[in-house]
Amino acid sequence: MTMQTIWSMLADPNMQWIFIGCTLLGLSSGVIGCFSYLRKQSLMGDTLAHAALPGICIAFMLTGVKSIGLFLIGAGVAGVVATFGIGYITRHSKLKQDAAMGIVLSGFFGLGIVLLTLIQHGDYGNQSGLDKFLFGQAASMIASDVITMTIVCALLITVCTLLFKQFKIISFDPGFARGIGYPVAFLEQLLMLLVVVAVVAGIQAVGVVLVAALLITPAVSARYWTDRLGLMVVLSGLFGAASGAVGTWISASVSNLPTGPVTVLAATLLFGISILFGPQRGLIAKRLMRQRVKERFIRENEPRIHEQVKKEAAL
Amino acid sequence: MSDFWILLTGALVASCCGVLGVFLVLRKMAMIGDAISHSVMPGIVVAFLLSGSRDSLLMMFAALICGLLTTFLIQMFQQSGIQADASIGVVFTALFAIGVVLVSLYARQVHLDQDAILYGEIAYVHWNIWEVGGINMGPKAVWLLGFTLLVILTVIGLFYKQFKLCAFDPALAAAIGIPVAVFHYLLMGLVSMATVSSFESVGAILVVGLLIIPASTAYLLTDQLGVMIGLSIAVGIASTFLGYGAAVLLDASIAGCMVCAASLLFVAAFLFSPSHGIVIKKLRLRQLAR
Amino acid sequence: MSLTHTVSSRNAKTTAPLAINGLSVAYQKKPVLRNVSFEVKEGELVGVIGPNGAGKSTLMKAALGLIPSLGGEVLVYGKPYKQQRQMIGYVPQRESVDWDFPTNALDVVLMGRYGHLGWFRRPGAKDKAIALECLNKVGMADYAGRQISQLSGGQQQRVFLARALAQDAKLYFMDEPFAGVDAATEKAIITLLQELKKQGKTVIVVHHDLATVQDYFDSVLLLNVELQAYGPTAETFTQEQLQRTYGGRLAFLDRSLQHPSFSGGKGE
Repeated sequence: MTMQTIWSMLADPNMQWIFIGCTLLGLSSGVIGCFSYLRKQSLMGDTLAHAALPGICIAFMLTGVKSIGLFLIGAGVAGVVATFGIGYITRHSKLKQDAAMGIVLSGFFGLGIVLLTLIQHGDYGNQSGLDKFLFGQAASMIASDVITMTIVCALLITVCTLLFKQFKIISFDPGFARGIGYPVAFLEQLLMLLVVVAVVAGIQAVGVVLVAALLITPAVSARYWTDRLGLMVVLSGLFGAASGAVGTWISASVSNLPTGPVTVLAATLLFGISILFGPQRGLIAKRLMRQRVKERFIRENEPRIHEQVKKEAAL
Repeated sequence: MSDFWILLTGALVASCCGVLGVFLVLRKMAMIGDAISHSVMPGIVVAFLLSGSRDSLLMMFAALICGLLTTFLIQMFQQSGIQADASIGVVFTALFAIGVVLVSLYARQVHLDQDAILYGEIAYVHWNIWEVGGINMGPKAVWLLGFTLLVILTVIGLFYKQFKLCAFDPALAAAIGIPVAVFHYLLMGLVSMATVSSFESVGAILVVGLLIIPASTAYLLTDQLGVMIGLSIAVGIASTFLGYGAAVLLDASIAGCMVCAASLLFVAAFLFSPSHGIVIKKLRLRQLAR
Repeated sequence: MSLTHTVSSRNAKTTAPLAINGLSVAYQKKPVLRNVSFEVKEGELVGVIGPNGAGKSTLMKAALGLIPSLGGEVLVYGKPYKQQRQMIGYVPQRESVDWDFPTNALDVVLMGRYGHLGWFRRPGAKDKAIALECLNKVGMADYAGRQISQLSGGQQQRVFLARALAQDAKLYFMDEPFAGVDAATEKAIITLLQELKKQGKTVIVVHHDLATVQDYFDSVLLLNVELQAYGPTAETFTQEQLQRTYGGRLAFLDRSLQHPSFSGGKGE
């Protein structure tokens, strides 16, 4: 098990592309993830990723081609159906959001697995590698995939930059946004669509099961360092990019190691650092603060207690 | 004969999941169930590497620890100010990633491939027989699941009122001295046990389908907790039977078909439940309007 | 330590239904309750009054041990709260539970008996009879079998009260029982409170509606993070004290206190 240095890996032109693609993917997922986090929809990414599986399978069964563009469409449609399903279930029954998400997630995923086995057992020709979608294998990507992914990520970042102000307001106060005349429903749908796109772009590199982590973990980590949305988005993007880069590098150098889990573990490591050492919100900072509050409380009350003792002694 | 064993295994999985799913749905913890079903992975792999067998009590124990660790971490992050669903997402992806990395690194030593984790191998349960003194006792999975079901039914049966009150009104439960946290972890421990004993048959990921979907279906059909638990088991067992039939017909993943069958039953209940179905409600409204 | 010693030796003499001494609670940095001490007399109806965020619900939850306190002591009939759980009944805010839970009104009331049942016993016929009687007392016997989501807000509140009655306690905590209920329920609750009082029970109620305080409660406890005032309603529920508690934010109060029926209230 030899670990290539990052430079020798980057000497391979194919790897260069993959490396850039995954870094960009981490960047854009981190950026989008901030808005999902603030809108309290972190697990939506997970649901959409699972829901994308049948969409991808159907796209493949209909065309017989393995292309990220087609999969984007298939997964996008499935994602829209899934979000609609969740909304419909919560609105029209006493089931709560979490159960609705669980139902849609596992239902779609079950369907996806069925279709996947149908594809494997059937004669769909070039099906090898479709199961790589489950855990992600960046190294198996071909140049055209990487280029598509890069374009998609660049597009995501551009949209987020342009509509930053709008997304900020609908994440914080949708009612106010409606009041000042923003098309809130449209913006919400757009944001959901961006999540779907980020998820689908990420699936090939990170896998269905773990792609949600790219949306959630960097955003949560970034929240520990700042109270300003702008900075949070930038930090989250950076954390995501770093995780993507490290994930590709390690998985490319160790045989048999899928990209997804390594990327997620890199992101988790950053999360661990953030939750421990984050200023104000970090566990250490909080522990210190609680100590101070307690000490102050005791200091303030000490004289009162002494007084009481004296009073009682006098009685 | 193999059909019998597959259906029995499926029915046992459905029963274990059905009982626990009810409490997950009522406590609004469906996604925590999902998280646990993913995060028992590293426990399963480590236990497998240590013991070399898939149905050891060690595996049960390791999964239990992972499940409780998940619960604890989610709780801790939540208390430190991270939103509930984000902390769930962070924890289960991290633990699942560790599991997959372990499987990948030791893939040669381990006859535990990613397919088994995802789809389960319910079709092969009858190959793995438990023999005592040369006597064929039936598939090991059936015994393991039977044991799990027994534990679940005993614990829930003994502490039914505590589980019920903790689900409905944790504040009152705490006020009258029920250790709410203990029952929270107990429930999560049972979910971990159910997940690990089912993972071999239906795959760690699809367990969550059988945890949440039948319980939600039952929730739409009744207004009584006891009935809801019974219905949840019934719906789960029906799903395994229907799903197995469909899988044989289509030559597709058995576990996948079972979850699809459960989803179809849910849709049916969602539309036509006598008390809550939306079609029935619409019809009733129309009658009123007349 | 001198603190615990002094306090417990002082309170060893008291057998008041509730004695709170130096209770402080903080969420993160912010103190929510600071150094609250008071003693409630047996058979009193006490209204806990204060502006939003004054720590009224927190006081109740800390007294019940539902949230950790920074310091202080809670004694129920002279003993630590944990030993006296069976003497206490609790009515949480109505919004704190999920009314879609699959259960009916009688079953919710039966939950009030759980504290008396020990670890393994199930509620039996006797408990059921008690629960039905409690439902009857709040005028809800006809709804015993009704699924709880099909009850109106006021009816749900009455079911909660019946559950507290089923707890058969000596000291009751009620968190805003009057919030958002209809007139019939308000009347039912107040009748019930009076009856509890007649039986010598002590009831502590978090209350919002200042206009009804003088009619409902024997004593009031004015709270705004710190204890502002506590005593018989006639003496304590004065404009001056209220101004202090609410800090000038209570312009309408001047008018209502000057209102003839109001200022000529119960005390005279």
